[in-house]
Amino acid sequence: MQVDMTVNGQARSADVEARTLLVYHLRDALGLTGTNVGCDTSSCGACTVLLNGESVKSCTILAAQVRGAEVTTIEGLADGTSLHPMQQAFMECHGLQCGYCTPGMVLAATSLLAENPSPTEAEVREGLEGNLCRCTGYHNIVKAVLHTAEHDADFWQTQAGAR
Amino acid sequence: MTVVGTPLKRKEDPKLLTGEGKYVDDIHAPGELWMGMVRSTMAHATIDGVDTSAAAAMPGVHAVYTGAQLMDMGLWAAPLPCAWPVTPDMVNPAHYPVATGEVHHVGEIIAVVLADTRAQATDAAEQVEVSYGPLPAVASIAEARTDGAKAHSELASNKSYTWALVPDPAALDAAFAAATHHVTAEFTQQRLIPTPMEPRGVLAVPGVAGGDVTLYSSSQVPHFLKILLAATTGIPESKIRAIAPAVGGGFGAKLNINPDESLALTLAHKLGRPVRWTETRSEAAFSTHQGRGQLQRIELAADADGKLLGVRVHLDADMGAYMMLVTPGVPLLGSFLYTGVYAVPAFGFTCDGWFTNMTPTDAYRGAGRPEASYAIERAMDILAAKVGVGPDEIRRRNYLAGGEKFENLAVPSTLVFDSGHYGPSLDLALDKAGYADLRAEQARRRAAGESKQLGIGLCTYVEICGLAPSRALGGLGFGSGGWEHAVVRLLPTGKAEVVSGSTPHGQGHETSWSMIVADKLGIDPADVTVLHSDTAISPLGLDTYGSRSLAVGGVAIAMACDKVIDKARLIAAHQMEANPEDLEFAEGAFTVKGSPDKTMPIQAIAFGAFLAHNLPDGMEPNLQEQMTFDPSNFAFPFGTHVAVVEVDETTGQVDLLRYVAVDDCGNQINPLIVEGQIHGGIVQGVAQALWEDAAWDADGNLRNPSLLDYLVPSAAEMPSFETAFTVTPSPANPLGVKGVGEAGTIGSAAAVINAVCDALSPHGITDIEMPATPRRVWKAIQEANQ
Repeated sequence: MQVDMTVNGQARSADVEARTLLVYHLRDALGLTGTNVGCDTSSCGACTVLLNGESVKSCTILAAQVRGAEVTTIEGLADGTSLHPMQQAFMECHGLQCGYCTPGMVLAATSLLAENPSPTEAEVREGLEGNLCRCTGYHNIVKAVLHTAEHDADFWQTQAGAR
Repeated sequence: MTVVGTPLKRKEDPKLLTGEGKYVDDIHAPGELWMGMVRSTMAHATIDGVDTSAAAAMPGVHAVYTGAQLMDMGLWAAPLPCAWPVTPDMVNPAHYPVATGEVHHVGEIIAVVLADTRAQATDAAEQVEVSYGPLPAVASIAEARTDGAKAHSELASNKSYTWALVPDPAALDAAFAAATHHVTAEFTQQRLIPTPMEPRGVLAVPGVAGGDVTLYSSSQVPHFLKILLAATTGIPESKIRAIAPAVGGGFGAKLNINPDESLALTLAHKLGRPVRWTETRSEAAFSTHQGRGQLQRIELAADADGKLLGVRVHLDADMGAYMMLVTPGVPLLGSFLYTGVYAVPAFGFTCDGWFTNMTPTDAYRGAGRPEASYAIERAMDILAAKVGVGPDEIRRRNYLAGGEKFENLAVPSTLVFDSGHYGPSLDLALDKAGYADLRAEQARRRAAGESKQLGIGLCTYVEICGLAPSRALGGLGFGSGGWEHAVVRLLPTGKAEVVSGSTPHGQGHETSWSMIVADKLGIDPADVTVLHSDTAISPLGLDTYGSRSLAVGGVAIAMACDKVIDKARLIAAHQMEANPEDLEFAEGAFTVKGSPDKTMPIQAIAFGAFLAHNLPDGMEPNLQEQMTFDPSNFAFPFGTHVAVVEVDETTGQVDLLRYVAVDDCGNQINPLIVEGQIHGGIVQGVAQALWEDAAWDADGNLRNPSLLDYLVPSAAEMPSFETAFTVTPSPANPLGVKGVGEAGTIGSAAAVINAVCDALSPHGITDIEMPATPRRVWKAIQEANQ
């Protein structure tokens, strides 16, 4: 079936099998391989994308269900060559090692701060519960989220206000 | 300008943060076929029939091959390799990529589908009908030891080997006879599923003509892959190019030569079409090896003051169904460390390796060393209680060199520890933890009879890394050397290029290597490019495992830089008409001593070496040198970890409140990366202590293969960590570095369980099996209070 959606600001249209999950649609049909697959039970969050601004595990939803929606993947987060504040914070705080969970983690954290621009450490930890990382022990991921919440407070307040 | 020792941001990050990192599953080749694996649903059975007709008729299916058909195609010259025959008489049943006749674990490949898409391959594989003749399964070490059922029908015993390291049996017996205090403890190292976040995958792309194949694999060891797949398939080594692109974590799980890799390579080579496969997460529990799987018995002999006289250890180790690359050697890697950081006059270690009908075991972060550290550190706490002193005091009384600094100290397990300084490590950890205050709070809660009790656990560990002196590996029967290769070249435009045989999968090698080269050559780290992980670009290499990259590969790079400087000095002297010994090299330029205006930057020398218009007679053009470094000794990082847990005695729930880690990995190149390695390592050890457990039932079925049931911790279960470092350089290499990839894991499981047992000690509880689940803790309390 024909599925139209806006991905990273661009209208994308493709013919998909009805059973195609959004993550495979993004990866295989649209070539956006930044969204990773880390499990088969919707447990790991590596495939997290933003759907109309909110984080969703793209393995839990069919491409067909996303008709007409706006999807942001990791490829669409940076503004040209300048990193998004969340990406910048992950780099500053060494919040990634192998990088495989990173796209999903960054988008989940982005959604988290858009909802709650000044969270406590405990709120960050709870908020990222659906995203697994095996390298960092989460210490520097949590640090990165708290870092950008503090240092880019205006940006995040604006994001929250826009919702 | 010095960048070594500073927390430089990683070069790798921008790509990985923007989705540009290309993992195997992101790479495609025109005309590629997907493999779908038909896997055994039985742990042990004869294969009585395989019906592929329905699968072959499915849409998109190109071919369906049974194991017997694949064997008949002559794809393999030899079984999959085990590179570590630990004894001459080790039993090692042939392990081919596919099963024929008999299957030996759930998940073993019985047939392979080739189809146009991933979904078609999966659908078709489900249509293959296998008839089994069930055989009794061996699903635990205990069962293997009875030798009732056999894991392989043709074997006389489930035992593969017995390995012993008992340097002086008489002295060991005498130590135990003379002892005042004896401790005998048994611990279970449960099986773990390594779970790097990127599942393993492979893509084999044949050349248009000439028989070449490029193998992309999510591997820690592309160099081993190339050599060992050549040796076992008969495809000439020169025709195989192995590439590990971006690799999403390894932790040992990607240190193997796997059936899927051999299948993709040989089928692509045979059919002339690209062949690919990526494991699903639930499949990974069977298609990728598991870690740990040991029963440990440790005995301590100590005098009246608690000073150790002897340590005796026996392991029963679960090999799983087959010997994979280093399966039999993993328990032995720990053997040398069962005396820990302590002065122990007499030592003995024996290990029996057992076959079972479960997924093979092999290296998982720490590989034998977390197990060793766990056993000795748990046993020391039990000894402390017997002697009537605290866990800190029992350790102080037994530290090597009395806790003072030492270099090149022989220990009874036959190794020479490169350097250590254990006293200050403990002091700093206790100080950071606020040990006295913690004990006071513990006493308060106990006196008040609160339901949530506090437990404080210590672990002082030493590990063995920087693998390894080649001769030492030879002595252990390991089928490889332990050197590492590096090339450093200055390009005509003055930028540096490094080729390393070390293969990163998240460790930040590009950043660290750039820092080493930058300081050596006096250039900007941004001007250094690091090439790696492709056997066509770095043909010589021994890859990344055993915390070896910096202490072997990084040192090779530093030494290659020294050679570059030596050559540059000759060129500079020639062109500046000075004596080479009159030149000083600093800040990237040669200057004539006493004439600071006579100077020549290394970039100019590089261009001159490229032009070759004016070089000393007989000198080769270009500024490039190589180095193969074979270390003279292992490196022995150490540290002290303190875990603080809260045990809810009404529910058995254990919460990790704080974690203090003081580590010593010698000199540090990038403290940001070092700390990150410690953090991640800690969580993997904590996870073994509290949550993770590959749970096999009596029939050899894994009850929790998916991430729904296998409890990899999330951010919500962990606290932030309190880390600090001491620095005791290694004398074994010119950088004074040791290694840090596994340290966190080696220290943390023991610290956490020591803390849990400490909390429960008023009940008389001395041990809780890992993982310390609420059920286990609650049950132990109930039983103790009856």
